[in-house]
Amino acid sequence: MLRLENVSLAMNHESGENKDILNNINIKFEPGKLYAVTGPNGGGKSSIAKVIMGIYKHTKGNIYFNDEEISQLNVTERAQRGIAYAFQQPPRFKGLRITDILKTAQPNMDSIGLRRHLRDVGLCPEDYLDRDMGPGLSGGEIKRIEIAQVLAREAKISIFDEPEAGVDLWTIQRLMGIIVNKYKQNQDSTAIIITHNERALPLCDEIIVIEDGAVKASGTPTEIWPLIKEEIECKKRLECRGEFGYEF
Amino acid sequence: MNFNDQDMKLLHAITDLDTIPAGAINIRRDGEAVIRVSSPNIKVYPKEDKPGLNVEVKPGTKNETVHVPVLVTKAGFHDKVYNTFIVGEDADVTIIAGCGIHNDSHSDSGHDGIHEIIVKKGARMRYVEKHYGEGKGRGKRLLNPTTVIRVESGAYAELEMIQIEGVDDTFRSTVAHVADKANLKVIERLLTHGEQSAVSEIDAYIEGQDGSAQILSRSVAKDKSSQVFKAGLIGKTECLGHVECDSIIMGNAVIKATPQLVAEDARAVLTHEAAIGKIAGEQLIKLMSLGLTEQQAVDTIIDGFLR
Repeated sequence: MLRLENVSLAMNHESGENKDILNNINIKFEPGKLYAVTGPNGGGKSSIAKVIMGIYKHTKGNIYFNDEEISQLNVTERAQRGIAYAFQQPPRFKGLRITDILKTAQPNMDSIGLRRHLRDVGLCPEDYLDRDMGPGLSGGEIKRIEIAQVLAREAKISIFDEPEAGVDLWTIQRLMGIIVNKYKQNQDSTAIIITHNERALPLCDEIIVIEDGAVKASGTPTEIWPLIKEEIECKKRLECRGEFGYEF
Repeated sequence: MNFNDQDMKLLHAITDLDTIPAGAINIRRDGEAVIRVSSPNIKVYPKEDKPGLNVEVKPGTKNETVHVPVLVTKAGFHDKVYNTFIVGEDADVTIIAGCGIHNDSHSDSGHDGIHEIIVKKGARMRYVEKHYGEGKGRGKRLLNPTTVIRVESGAYAELEMIQIEGVDDTFRSTVAHVADKANLKVIERLLTHGEQSAVSEIDAYIEGQDGSAQILSRSVAKDKSSQVFKAGLIGKTECLGHVECDSIIMGNAVIKATPQLVAEDARAVLTHEAAIGKIAGEQLIKLMSLGLTEQQAVDTIIDGFLR
């Protein structure tokens, strides 16, 4: 369904020099599968998502979507072909209502669909449908609406960039459950979750570990778990002591 | 009365009406009243000393609407009108005003609406004034509304003033006097494009104890248009006031926003926020990632912002 072949990305650093963000990334995403992309902060996970969506223009390599080379397509064209992306830090829109943004995501959606998608992300439709997407919503609420938009799009490839970021502990498990259930049951679509959530990782069909702009490892959870377990436990210990180190 | 398609289009643009509604109404076209109807509770009658009308709402009138739109369709015509609205005690009404100009000529057309509004004790009033211009001629479409409003003790008034498009020059002046326990909300939405110019000056004097006033302005300036927004809150006693002006600037437009707070009593609590900025790139990319083109994304953001 989606293939990245030798994809590299370089961007201007503050110093004025070009900095390599991604180096020769080769990944194949197949239909009907749920992928987790994980790795340390700054390793290039979100950059891969943005390259797939066309937000960043990769400097080398090719991206194929359903055997079409899409490198020259812009964000709109990629969205129209069936790629969806839930931003890690979604923007706010003063004056646009939640109803408006959900209908932009899925113009054919009726009021039952609107309500269902809001309930799926734990928001009461009666309280939220007419609310403004501006500063009156918390970061967690904006994030949940972002995920609802991508769920509503019914895209062929759906990328969720750290769906757990900014969301309360109770909602994280609910959101992960909804994403896993939706895409595990759908043979025609693929979901990619960029995540540090250790509970989500074993639920995915494949885990891809990105570090220093390259694929460090990939495989089934059974294959990958032993490689990352030690670092996750290290992170837990640091968190217990109130320190921050590794992200997994 | 005869309304052609062009009249109805203008009427729809400023009032959302597709037919002439029942109830109190006055439609003025090219300086003359073409429809004038009073209702049992709302009396509409002409002024004797100058062009314009008086609208008197009986005390206790609830949930009624009066329409007083103005159409200017004659080439080179400049209309000036003086209207007085008196909303009786404990009434609750909506006034739909506004002006639409169609000008295909090379002469300027315009309308100066000079309004006095008195909202009596305990009454509630919503006043909606939408301005719109269209036409292919080089003649300008000019709109200069002047409003003086008095909100009496315990009353509530909401002024919603909207300029959607097509008005070349506007100078808008609004002065409000807010009595004790009264509440005023002014909402202004403004879009300018091309080489249009808009100036809006609002001064709200909060004169009575526990009175409050809110002035909220949202505007979009495109192309080479210019906007000046001055909003002053003058707190003369223990009161609350807030001014908020938010603008999106595009192209080579110029926006000058000046919120002004004057506290004449130590118990007055007055605040303001002002922001001018372009549409954020991440907002555009977000909407494009939902399948909109860049232009559709811009239009969606502006439509929402000015709603």
